[in-house]
Amino acid sequence: MASHATYEEQTAAVWKGLGLLAVVTLVEVALSLLKAAEWAKGYESIFAIASILIIVLSIYKAYFIIFEFMHMAYEVKGLAMSVLLPVFLLLWAVIAFFYEGDAWKNNRETVNERNRMEREILPNPGQAVGAGVEETTTMD
Amino acid sequence: MAEDTDILVAPEHDHSDEDGHWEGGEAKPFDTSYGKLMMWYFLLSDAFTFAGFLIAYGTLRFSSISWPVPDKVFATAPFGIHNLGIFGGEAPLIFVTFMSFLLIISSGTMVRAVQEGALENKRGVVFWMFLTVLGGAGFLGCQAWEWNNLINHEHMTVTTNPFGSYTENGFFLDPETGEQTDEPVELGETYLLHVAGAEHGEAGEETFAYPETAGNYAGFEIMGDGTPYIRRKYMATDGPDAGSIKTQQFGPTAFGALFFGITGFHGFHVLTGVAFLLIILINSASGVYAMRANGYEMVEKIGLYWHFVDLVWVFVFLVFYLL
Repeated sequence: MASHATYEEQTAAVWKGLGLLAVVTLVEVALSLLKAAEWAKGYESIFAIASILIIVLSIYKAYFIIFEFMHMAYEVKGLAMSVLLPVFLLLWAVIAFFYEGDAWKNNRETVNERNRMEREILPNPGQAVGAGVEETTTMD
Repeated sequence: MAEDTDILVAPEHDHSDEDGHWEGGEAKPFDTSYGKLMMWYFLLSDAFTFAGFLIAYGTLRFSSISWPVPDKVFATAPFGIHNLGIFGGEAPLIFVTFMSFLLIISSGTMVRAVQEGALENKRGVVFWMFLTVLGGAGFLGCQAWEWNNLINHEHMTVTTNPFGSYTENGFFLDPETGEQTDEPVELGETYLLHVAGAEHGEAGEETFAYPETAGNYAGFEIMGDGTPYIRRKYMATDGPDAGSIKTQQFGPTAFGALFFGITGFHGFHVLTGVAFLLIILINSASGVYAMRANGYEMVEKIGLYWHFVDLVWVFVFLVFYLL
């Protein structure tokens, strides 16, 4: 509790912080609704920019909660570093796993594509063409 | 001596001046108490657990051809609020935004409790902690409603996800005749498979009376593991299967498990937090921490935990609802 501010300043800071978090949350929700809106279809760039903005705002909220509400800003630097630096290990986890997920999707699409080609070349005689064809794509 | 409680460290038990004792003397690592330091490291480890879960969500979402749009999945609110005129059947994200506000506000009241504790103001600590408990309990109540709605009205389970997204454009078949209609299927649009004969969470627009027996009908199919889900048929007009008749599929299976697993794990943290807040509230009110005369450090420690719960919700809210 290293804040040297007066009691009034401290309490006012809490309500100001709450207001800030509330406004940031509302902006996030507005952006999220915006990118899912009907007219945003076909504007992939809007979608991407809104998503990036939402992520940045969320990280800002996390920063604010840790440094002000949890008082990390007033702790010794060594404590802050020993808690915060390990979190950066997650950066690579995010990159690696998302890349992996994307690779699974590509493989899945390749398999579906091959199956489709096979069906066209060797139509299964047991399968009725047209009505009621069960698709092979699963979404999980 | 005898009338002393065990809350105070009696001088004869303080061995810090003896040689070879591991209590280590006056110097504190990082200029903070053992309890607070260890709370920080516990929170760090917990952050990695949550990060693992959320990264798993992201990985599975990236690996899926389609994913339900959160605005459509989480579009209901209690008391039929989503059916009011201004919303017209869908209130996307309104309810979860309210839940987020409850947690954020309870985080603010927690800071106030810690501030009052630093001033050794017992009444202030108890008052602000009580408000914090109310916020946490309110959040849990909202989550209970949300889960109940998903499980009992929209029929999502850990292994069955009735929320899917179309992977192509097309037109629905008429349920009765199987003829192609002009009711469009739109690429990327999220749908909810209804259970035959059951009520569901959203305002119904269907006029056709679906049978309740499983089977393959002209314009739809009634199928599912044990529960009969209505799955309409449609003619695909683009994509690799253009020109063939397709049936609505279940959404990515992992969606239900991830949702219940991750929000459940977070909800369990909130529940634990509320329990510990109550314990520490009662201890504060009965004067236990006033006797310790250390600026209500225990309130500060549970405060760290409570802010962390709010912090995790920032990211759960981000990945499940906003993106």
